[in-house]
Amino acid sequence: MIPESPNKPAGWLLGRTRWRWYELAFWAAAASSFFIFPSKLMLISEIFILGLLAVSIDLTLGFAGLVTLGQGAFFGVGAYAAGLMAQYGAGTAPFADPLLGLLVAGFVAGALGFVTSFLVLRGSDLTRLMVTLGVALIVEEIVTQAKDITGGSDGLQGVMSSPVLGVWSFDLYGKTAFWYALIVTFVCFWFCRRLVNSSFGLSLLAIKGNPLRARAIGMPVNTRLVAIYTIAAAISGMSGGLLTQTTQFASPDMVAFHRSADALLILVFGGSGFLYGGLVGAVAFRVMQDFIGNITPQYWLFWVGLVLVLLVLFVRGGIIGMLIALRERLLRKGEGS
Amino acid sequence: MLTILFDGVAYGMLLFVLAVGLCVTLGLMNFINLAHGAFAMAGGYLTVVMMNRMGLSFYWCLPAAFLFSAVLGVVLERALYRRLYDKTHLDQVLFSIGLIFMAMATVDYAMGASPQIVNLPPSLNGRIEILGANVGVYRLFVIAICGLLTIGLQFVIAKTRFGSRLRASVDDGRVARGLGIDVTGIFALTFAVGSGLAGLGGALGAPILSMDPSFPLKYMIFFLIVISIGGTTTITGPFFASILLGVADVAGKYFVPAIGGFIIYTIMVAVLIFRPQGLFTRSAKR
Repeated sequence: MIPESPNKPAGWLLGRTRWRWYELAFWAAAASSFFIFPSKLMLISEIFILGLLAVSIDLTLGFAGLVTLGQGAFFGVGAYAAGLMAQYGAGTAPFADPLLGLLVAGFVAGALGFVTSFLVLRGSDLTRLMVTLGVALIVEEIVTQAKDITGGSDGLQGVMSSPVLGVWSFDLYGKTAFWYALIVTFVCFWFCRRLVNSSFGLSLLAIKGNPLRARAIGMPVNTRLVAIYTIAAAISGMSGGLLTQTTQFASPDMVAFHRSADALLILVFGGSGFLYGGLVGAVAFRVMQDFIGNITPQYWLFWVGLVLVLLVLFVRGGIIGMLIALRERLLRKGEGS
Repeated sequence: MLTILFDGVAYGMLLFVLAVGLCVTLGLMNFINLAHGAFAMAGGYLTVVMMNRMGLSFYWCLPAAFLFSAVLGVVLERALYRRLYDKTHLDQVLFSIGLIFMAMATVDYAMGASPQIVNLPPSLNGRIEILGANVGVYRLFVIAICGLLTIGLQFVIAKTRFGSRLRASVDDGRVARGLGIDVTGIFALTFAVGSGLAGLGGALGAPILSMDPSFPLKYMIFFLIVISIGGTTTITGPFFASILLGVADVAGKYFVPAIGGFIIYTIMVAVLIFRPQGLFTRSAKR
């Protein structure tokens, strides 16, 4: 984060965007999990999707410093938008394509994000928490009440997605779903990575650091915040759409409060402000959920709570933060000897 | 019609007793304690255990619930919450969500996931006619207790030395500390009383609200609405907010069940947009 040669900002900026070996290793590992765990493809796809949702929260929270408890609303809206596209577009080739559905999901969620972003600009952290939570609850009410469109509490059953680009159809083992989710997640992630390393992303960091000073040096603070909130909402919507398309159904559970809480938890787990935190956190979260779920399926919530409390009390920056601290300690040791 | 109003007021008063502790701690230490509902749940479940397993009278449960939650509050405040006062709001939120999850799983483990039923003593059952309205005796009991508590609280805060110290600390903690007021001590005591009141509210609410492990999460939003509408600088603000919320919720569910929960969320968001400081607060000085 700290510029190594402050005299050459251009070089520093370029350095930020360069792909490091560990990033390539991460994505290579993600792709190779297809061959290593062929029986768990659905689970892995879900990890990508949860990770993408967490990354979208990272954009608002980790980079722009906007606290939100309601990202689940955009996720759910995207999930239903993609589901409805697949249901009503079935048979008519261009409309039923999952990619189009995904774009629509992102667009609808982004529109909702744009409209609600103006509420988020006002007030303090507490107001933000409550407004985002309130929006999420209203969306949840709408979804459960509008039975004619959303199927109420039964959800959208049997959303059959057409083959991706008319070529690759979704199979029972989730092979197509795996590659589809991986590629979409990667593309969205790549976009986010470009975004936060651009001058736009740096201005967000400045706003997070001190909105008053950012405004004083001529940054359009509110415009930037609206933009990033909208983008994050659109990406959440796309991750929701992905989940609908790969699991072939949408339920009110996708809008529920625990979605937002889980996603936030995943991000904090992995470490916010690093972009990779969401992805790493999603892996750790799901593995932990699987592991503890096998021992005590009913009470795993307790352990989640415990981990959360311990994280807040003792660990800064989640898993990635721990890794960075470890690396720095090793480096210092190397210099000392 | 009057019956609905009456039920709404009873519900609102209950909400007030549940939420008032949170309002004060939020105003005093600027600490977002989403786990406040867990203390209410502790009181509620203590009532269930005392009545259904030990066969004690309902009247004994109320003070017991107060004490139990208050002690629990003090222990947690000294052991855990204290460390989080200077952390960011996000950390506080995550921490208290973690506590909620732990409380939910613990209760689930100890008592099972199904809603618990509390049988009222015969003297509190039944309905009577007042001013032509058909009113449940228990609702009347709730209103009486909560009304007394409110008056008592208002008296303590407005008239006693402790109250003026508390108000000074809420208005400006730094200056209060500079004047030699033990803000930390006041906060610990207030936290205890607030948790105790939540426990009492939980015990009183056990026969009306359904007591199940998801209680803290379900009512968290109500507490937040009360705070956001009522503000955190007085206790009269939250009081009126609670009554308004109670009546709106009961009336809304009775007249237009289809959009039920909708009304209160919309009210909340609307209030937050137009009056971010709360509906009943004096104009912000800071």
